[in-house]
Amino acid sequence: MKKWIAAALSTAVLATSSVTHAAEEQIIRLATTTSTYNSGLLDKLLPVFEKKHNAKVQVIAVGTGKALRMGQAGDVDVVMTHAPKAEKKFVTEGYGVNPKSVMYNDFVVVGPESDPANIAGKGDVSEALAAIAEADANFISRGDDSGTHKKERSLWAATSRGSEFANYKEVGQGMGKVLQIADELNGYTLTDRGTWLAYEDRLRLKLLVQGDKRLFNPYQIIQVNPANHNGLNVNGGKQLSDWFVSAEGQQMINDFRIKGKALFHGSAQPAVANN
Amino acid sequence: MQDNLLETTLVALQLLFSLDADLWDIIGVSFRVSLIAITAATVPAILVGFFLALCEFRGRTAVIAVFNALMAVPTVVVGLTLYLLLSRSGPFGELHLLFTQPAMVIGQMMLAFPLLVCMSHSAFQAIDRRAWETARTLGASGLMAAVTLMREARFALLAAIVAAFGRVISEVGCSMMVGGNIMSYTRNIPTAIALETSKGMFAQGIALGLVLLLLALFLNFILASVRGKGNLV
Repeated sequence: MKKWIAAALSTAVLATSSVTHAAEEQIIRLATTTSTYNSGLLDKLLPVFEKKHNAKVQVIAVGTGKALRMGQAGDVDVVMTHAPKAEKKFVTEGYGVNPKSVMYNDFVVVGPESDPANIAGKGDVSEALAAIAEADANFISRGDDSGTHKKERSLWAATSRGSEFANYKEVGQGMGKVLQIADELNGYTLTDRGTWLAYEDRLRLKLLVQGDKRLFNPYQIIQVNPANHNGLNVNGGKQLSDWFVSAEGQQMINDFRIKGKALFHGSAQPAVANN
Repeated sequence: MQDNLLETTLVALQLLFSLDADLWDIIGVSFRVSLIAITAATVPAILVGFFLALCEFRGRTAVIAVFNALMAVPTVVVGLTLYLLLSRSGPFGELHLLFTQPAMVIGQMMLAFPLLVCMSHSAFQAIDRRAWETARTLGASGLMAAVTLMREARFALLAAIVAAFGRVISEVGCSMMVGGNIMSYTRNIPTAIALETSKGMFAQGIALGLVLLLLALFLNFILASVRGKGNLV
């Protein structure tokens, strides 16, 4: 028995060490949002970058709040998020450097086919939300301090009565999970288009409101400030953020399709916090 | 923003003692759901344990083995199974139970049941078989004799209940799956810790963790003190 255990252990050690010896590749840690990750965009883009720079990018998908917090704590090298105000604060407080606008996508309001609040086709998102509150229909909120949640809060704040109604439910989970919950409860929710397209087939929900320019959603990539922490992969972080805004990266973002639909649009220019 | 454990813990204590409404809301949900689940699961589970300990029948060993194995099922798997049963497209979709407190109660009962069965079974096994026979020869009915046995095994049974309660009040997988973590309705201590951590709000997470720790200490002190008084010698 002891022999077996020893054999198993040594095999395991050998296996892991041979993996680490395979190539002297650098590791870059990227904290990003669940919406980017769920869409499959990174699975498409990162292998190209990794090959080019002999790197391994470890993606940690969390809400924007936690992504920035991880950057602040120096647990990651780069963050890619979509909450302009929080990002601005992150940079001005000295936690991040070189913010670069990478791309944008948009949000949509989805809900049950029966549409009890009668919002289908409304061009004004405030009106649509007010109608949901008026009808006291189920509205599922991310409630997790993510970029999408921040966006949703700001949209509610702009309506006449806000989100003070009985069936407003905060669930504190990722976008995919929230869509499933909305589907189960016949509720409305605000989602980014990427996650919506990825989940659309599995849900009975319908896309009801889109196109309002307040539903615009810009992404930035920011390097964690190396002055605050030792042991960051500064060079790798810079390579990654440069590659995202390079012609090749931007082209790949624009070419990314889910079921023939473009999801993200490259926007390599200085972003402004406009909401 | 504080990142070290000590400062975070101090902020957490402040939150607890300033009677932060949201925090106590969460604690309330946790206790309500878990207490109902344990109360509902205890009697049938102890009866099953009793039955397994005292009745000879074909396949008894297999049944005991199955219950032991069920204890090792990850809570997420229990949650997933229940999710598929209760989902609108599942067999019990009509009940509209998914993402409600009753769903959480059912899930926690499913988690507690095997543990209660196994621990009560061991409790009854540990009692000298002659206790049962003595009771019967002294003219006690089957029911009376069973009650006598329960009295004999009361500390071990209490330990089983405490252990089961400890398991359900601290599990996150099942509550998250079938409860949905809805604020002030199905958000309990473990799912709230998961959420606060994902938001980077560590103080709230630690505060809730402290509640669980205090609860565990409290329960085990109670158990120890009851035991201390209840020595046979």
